[in-house]
Amino acid sequence: MAADKLKVAMYWGGACGGCDVALLDIHEMILDVVAVADLLFWPCAMDFKYTDVEKMPDQHLDVTFFSGAIRNSENEHVAQLLRRKSKVMVAFGACAHMGGIPGLANFYTRDEVFQAAYLDSPSTPNPDRRLPQRETKVPEGTLQLPEIFDTVRTLAQAVPVDFYLPGCPPNPKQIGLVIQAAATGALPPRGAVVGASDKAMCEECPRKKKELKFKEFKRRHLVHPDPEQCFMEQGIICIGAATRAGCGWRCIGSNMPCRGCYGPLPHATDQGAKILSAIASHIDSEDPAEIDRILDSIPDPAGYFYRFGLPMSLLHCKQRRQAP
Amino acid sequence: MSFEPKIVGFLCNWCSYTGADLAGTSRMKYLPNVRVVRIMCSGRLDPTFVLKAFHEGADGVLVAGCHPGDCHYQNGNMKTLRRIPLLQRMLEQLGIERDRLRLEWVSASEGERYQHVVNDFVEQIRKLGPLQLAVGKDKTATA
Repeated sequence: MAADKLKVAMYWGGACGGCDVALLDIHEMILDVVAVADLLFWPCAMDFKYTDVEKMPDQHLDVTFFSGAIRNSENEHVAQLLRRKSKVMVAFGACAHMGGIPGLANFYTRDEVFQAAYLDSPSTPNPDRRLPQRETKVPEGTLQLPEIFDTVRTLAQAVPVDFYLPGCPPNPKQIGLVIQAAATGALPPRGAVVGASDKAMCEECPRKKKELKFKEFKRRHLVHPDPEQCFMEQGIICIGAATRAGCGWRCIGSNMPCRGCYGPLPHATDQGAKILSAIASHIDSEDPAEIDRILDSIPDPAGYFYRFGLPMSLLHCKQRRQAP
Repeated sequence: MSFEPKIVGFLCNWCSYTGADLAGTSRMKYLPNVRVVRIMCSGRLDPTFVLKAFHEGADGVLVAGCHPGDCHYQNGNMKTLRRIPLLQRMLEQLGIERDRLRLEWVSASEGERYQHVVNDFVEQIRKLGPLQLAVGKDKTATA
């Protein structure tokens, strides 16, 4: 192991593993990465233990790529551990950046999530109605499980983060470029979003645009969209107007509208509010009753506008109040 | 202690802010619960402002602009007319009652109407009670 090589860790918190696959998806660029970096911790791909990290001196790792949201006490513990051991902490992918798909659980409480997952789900036989317990006594001793938190948090809501690499998952080409930049010390000032553009998806979108007016909103799985025309002009909600470019149009190119995984534009605090504003202002009516009727064709606005970013949004989660 | 609603009012420069001014200069009395923010047009109201107001502790948000057809910028208020109902739907999904956000048209000559709107909205929020956003970014905050 060369001493001047970049020491890198890759970890998954509340994640699906897609970000780890994206790192593999850089294909032959992985050879360039291995030339400049050593992977010291990557539980998804190789056999590592948390004790391997605990034994490292503080700040031993040059860069940690942390994918996944902070969903339970294990995610939080490892985030704090890796923060201590790393010079640079990168929130890798939409979940670490904004909460991601797991963040949609913030529309519900932990109890509601357990109810749906372990008790109501028709495909989960659970005759004894057991729920996850933090501790279980068995003859050999006490077994422990991490505690699932009531709300999902982003990585930055748990530990200080130096860079954000957005995407669900990040574009492999962008990952390669960021690793190269880290190896050569060419990273921007701390706090920046890396591996993405500062422009909106719409600005770089290759689709044809004429005039935008909504008489009805259509759901993507119920129509066959024209592959060349703007989705919004076809009545399909596309989050591209409120989303950073840089993903390489993977969805747009597959005839799927943008879902917003690259997150809000620079200086925008709330992606959902921004796309709401853009969409609603193009409704083609001035009659409140008709506007209401048109809006009825969006079945789940909050879920759609905050698909990847509810934990990072201003309100963070569905608000619950105690009974007075 | 009795509950005094905190309300943020976004009033358009050309009609509603002037209407509120008229209410004041005419010595009309109305409840003091609305903190007014002057914006150039109700169409300038980024929905982010409303979320931020609730996030920072408002119990209600009042948006007031020129009557349809009277917008100083021709159709800015029509954009608000379309945005508010969608925002109300989204707020409801996020656990904030739609009645906490209200859109009203108040012209520059309608001081009396402004007085009425404010008094009515304050009572409406008083009935709904404090918003008390219970859950912040804390990890285990339970319902």
